[in-house]
Amino acid sequence: MPALPDGDPVPADGALPGFVSDVGAPGHAQGAASRPGFGVYVHVPFCSVRCGYCDFNTYTAAELGGGASQMAYATTALREVDLAARVLADAGLGDRPVSTVFFGGGTPTMLPAADLARILAGVRGAWGLAPDAEVSTEANPDSVSPESLSVLAEAGFTRVSFGMQSAVPHVLATLERTHDPARIPDVVRWAREAGLDVSLDLIYGTPGESADDWRVSVEAALSTGVDHVSAYALVVEPGTKMAAQVRRGEVRLPDEDDQAAKYEIADDLLTAAGLDWYEVSNWSRGAEHACRHNLAYWRGDDWWGIGPGAHSYVGARSGLDGGAAAAEHVGVRWWNVKHPRRYAAQLEAGGSPGAGRELLTAAEAHLERVMLGVRLAEGLDLALLDPAGRRAVAGLVASGLLDGTAAVRGRAVLTRRGRLLADAVVRELTA
Amino acid sequence: MTTPILTGPDPTERDALPIPSPALSERIQPNATAPELIRNFCIIAHIDHGKSTLADRMLQLTGVVQPRDARAQYLDRMDIERERGITIKSQAVRMPWAVQDSGADDAAVDGGLTPYALNMIDTPGHVDFTYEVSRSLAACEGAVLLVDAAQGIEAQTLANLYLAMENELEIVPVLNKIDLPAAQPEKYAEELANLVGGDPADVLKVSGKTGEGVEVLLDRIVERVPAPVGDPDAPARAMIFDSVYDTYRGVVTYVRAIDGDLNPRERIQMMSTRATHELLEIGVISPEPIKTNGLGVGEVGYLITGVKDVRQSKVGDTVTTASKPATEALGGYDEPRPMVFSGLYPVDGSDYPTLRDALDKLKLNDAALNYEPETSVALGFGFRVGFLGLLHLEIVRERLEREFDLDLISTAPNVVYDVTMEDGTEVKVTNPSEFPGGKIKEVREPVVKATVLAPSEFVGTVMGLCTDRRGTMQGMDYLSEDRVELRYTLPLAEIVFDFFDALKSRTRGYASLDYEPVGDQAADLVKVDILLQGDQVDAFSAIVHRDAAYEYGVRMTAKLKEIIPRQQFEVPIQAAVGARVIARETVRAIRKDVLAKCYGGDISRKRKLLEKQKEGKKRMKNIGSVEVPKDAFIAALSSEGAGGKETKDKKK
Repeated sequence: MPALPDGDPVPADGALPGFVSDVGAPGHAQGAASRPGFGVYVHVPFCSVRCGYCDFNTYTAAELGGGASQMAYATTALREVDLAARVLADAGLGDRPVSTVFFGGGTPTMLPAADLARILAGVRGAWGLAPDAEVSTEANPDSVSPESLSVLAEAGFTRVSFGMQSAVPHVLATLERTHDPARIPDVVRWAREAGLDVSLDLIYGTPGESADDWRVSVEAALSTGVDHVSAYALVVEPGTKMAAQVRRGEVRLPDEDDQAAKYEIADDLLTAAGLDWYEVSNWSRGAEHACRHNLAYWRGDDWWGIGPGAHSYVGARSGLDGGAAAAEHVGVRWWNVKHPRRYAAQLEAGGSPGAGRELLTAAEAHLERVMLGVRLAEGLDLALLDPAGRRAVAGLVASGLLDGTAAVRGRAVLTRRGRLLADAVVRELTA
Repeated sequence: MTTPILTGPDPTERDALPIPSPALSERIQPNATAPELIRNFCIIAHIDHGKSTLADRMLQLTGVVQPRDARAQYLDRMDIERERGITIKSQAVRMPWAVQDSGADDAAVDGGLTPYALNMIDTPGHVDFTYEVSRSLAACEGAVLLVDAAQGIEAQTLANLYLAMENELEIVPVLNKIDLPAAQPEKYAEELANLVGGDPADVLKVSGKTGEGVEVLLDRIVERVPAPVGDPDAPARAMIFDSVYDTYRGVVTYVRAIDGDLNPRERIQMMSTRATHELLEIGVISPEPIKTNGLGVGEVGYLITGVKDVRQSKVGDTVTTASKPATEALGGYDEPRPMVFSGLYPVDGSDYPTLRDALDKLKLNDAALNYEPETSVALGFGFRVGFLGLLHLEIVRERLEREFDLDLISTAPNVVYDVTMEDGTEVKVTNPSEFPGGKIKEVREPVVKATVLAPSEFVGTVMGLCTDRRGTMQGMDYLSEDRVELRYTLPLAEIVFDFFDALKSRTRGYASLDYEPVGDQAADLVKVDILLQGDQVDAFSAIVHRDAAYEYGVRMTAKLKEIIPRQQFEVPIQAAVGARVIARETVRAIRKDVLAKCYGGDISRKRKLLEKQKEGKKRMKNIGSVEVPKDAFIAALSSEGAGGKETKDKKK
């Protein structure tokens, strides 16, 4: 993961700022039911190898030792679950059942399925899971078996997302992915047999990948019959091995036009197969197969991130109804220390693993709301825009970036061209 | 007047110098000096041939500046002049000197010495100020032709020399910088002798830096330069050769008295306008202003009337007295005529009022400066400003930026075109974007007579360049074995464009250029417009010869393609003559501007990136719907055709 943002210090006990608390706030009488949903993210910072393009906060076994080992990780993570339960309860926000849980990494399935189950049990114990809760985990096709997937399903997991990336061997080699592409149909079948909803992650724009290579990969993913696909343009982050290779001229990055063309290929193929986009980089077979955990990020729900480097967000009610003044604080986002060893040590000492936090003003929260909401197929309520933003809508419709029919009905929904230029659209809508 | 005000230095300081004693000084006091004892001269020199250093040395030797007061280049008053080594405004200094001769006075006393009052009139050295040069020359009877002994004569000097000879000035040829190791006094003495006639042995050799030969030069000036002639009993007539605005005194007018007598008790009258003014003060400069009782025949000095605008005291005009006005003005008066125009715009639009006030102030001291408000689609509110030439433009721009703390964009300079339409209407075009459409019968452009001096090895190169720039050869002369003078008529527009830079680069810096306006000519000129997405970018419109239109169009469209970032839509950049597109480039539409991943841990970073991008948008300039980075746009505008720079620092 890239360097953590600059922020203010997090109190040693992890206490939330007063303004997010429901106690005494207007509308408190409505109770917890009027609060947004609450999700839990669990970061598992382990991989068997580190891929050349990856800038996530992850470590191989050889890189870690001492108290931060994989074996001790579940125990450490559960300490943060306890802390979270305490902090939210103190803020009067402890009575919400968890609507979604997402295990990401790293490679969560590097941990024994039983450890993942134990962490999930801890989450359930702290807040309870909503009856229809979605519980997802990311998985490397190499690190699952029919048995391990069954254990997860029995523990309460409902969904698994495999890092397929590509079906083309030379592309996988460039990405330094070690799994065998031929294994994908099997792991998808095993997961579905275990009763899990399945998603495949793909990456396009890898150096050396042709348009046909990409088409082959998308078709391979679709041939498994999955109900959800995420497709991301490769971004070479500074500090990665691939960034160094690019700098040295060993690999040549595809240009943005190439990436745009591949996005369109994916969108065409996925749509034809009955998977509709619901977010710029995500397609699903109907709303019931969309990833609700990720939707919660984009809709501005609250979430707690467990694990080293994980981010969390809790908003105040006043920020949600738009009644706050621009400079008023309406939400808090914080992030944990990055290194697993330090993370473990701080929790062991009884304190918060938080490294820094930012108190969001209403203006900042507004920008985030537009930035995230506009990425969704459901679009953004135009009433949320300020007058300048609303004035920009007509121009964006005229230039083919926003859907005209949706605009008339009061929502900002990106056209396909608009999806590729979403950041520009956000700049216009928040000008 | 009992106490002589002009005496030499303290005798204990410069004992041996032939400076008038107090007794002798009585005979050369202002308003009480016989014309026979006056010598009026100027120094003609190229910009870095050491004129100001020599002048400083003269001031020291004659004792009007004590060595301890001397600051380098005393006569160059403005900071810019000092930095660039260019004299913009002429000044006149009165210096005492004594010569052992029979002189005008056969009753020589004091060891046979005769006292003289020398008036040194410092002339501007640049072609832009030719008119001022010509008035300065008209105030003199002689000229010191000063040439760097290591470089030889330059084209501009030659031009001013011709001017001096036409004014029938006595020329005193002098080689300067003989202390330099690279000096070739013998070679260049020959060159000078060829030019002005006479024996190479008569060419004086001096060093302004060490002072060597300067006394001999002063003696030579007395000996060779004729005394002024005038009628002391005629109605007063004095010629204005300079006028300068001073914050505290108002306009200070420099005059050379021809006939009669000007004195502080009488109102004066400007003969061109018949306006009369009270004479608040009259005096001479030596080197600070000294009040006197008046100015007599042949004298040079200053007047202060309390007027606030140099336009009320025009260079070349004749001053007379209101009570007994002269009937005939001295010849040679001419209104300064702007030759080169450029749009000046504040980079920050809110500076517009500051720019207006600044121009109003500069105008007080610059009779040649004129301007009108102008609006540009691309640049906002600004002024179309007329200049005498490129140097004048540069100096004005620099003064605006320096003295008024303005950040300015200047559009590519252009000349004035006279357009006659088929229906007989005439249009004067000072801004290319206003070049009329419709049926044009004739376009006339200003033409100059250009003189290029170059080492003979570059003759072919220079001829090629002049031909490319639509020049017509008028003649060629060998000044010496290896130096050639080429004479061409050229459209001024070509010179204004980048002729000087091209000349310098093709002759490795050895060629020099001078030019003067000689009228106009009809030419096949067209306006090339630059269009972004079909919208004309007025600041890039240019009037060029039909044969050069394509090249200009290709160059400008290519340059703009480089600075315009990809937009959400395709941006065609076109060059067009009328409705006909002659060149086209396309900035392809950007297809992807979205971050693929945006999950919980990405949000803060992504929001900050967005805030930064929005900040960056403020540094963009909108031309129609096209966003262009302001800085790059300004750079493209100002690098276009800003040729002809000739200043000391650039030259070496």
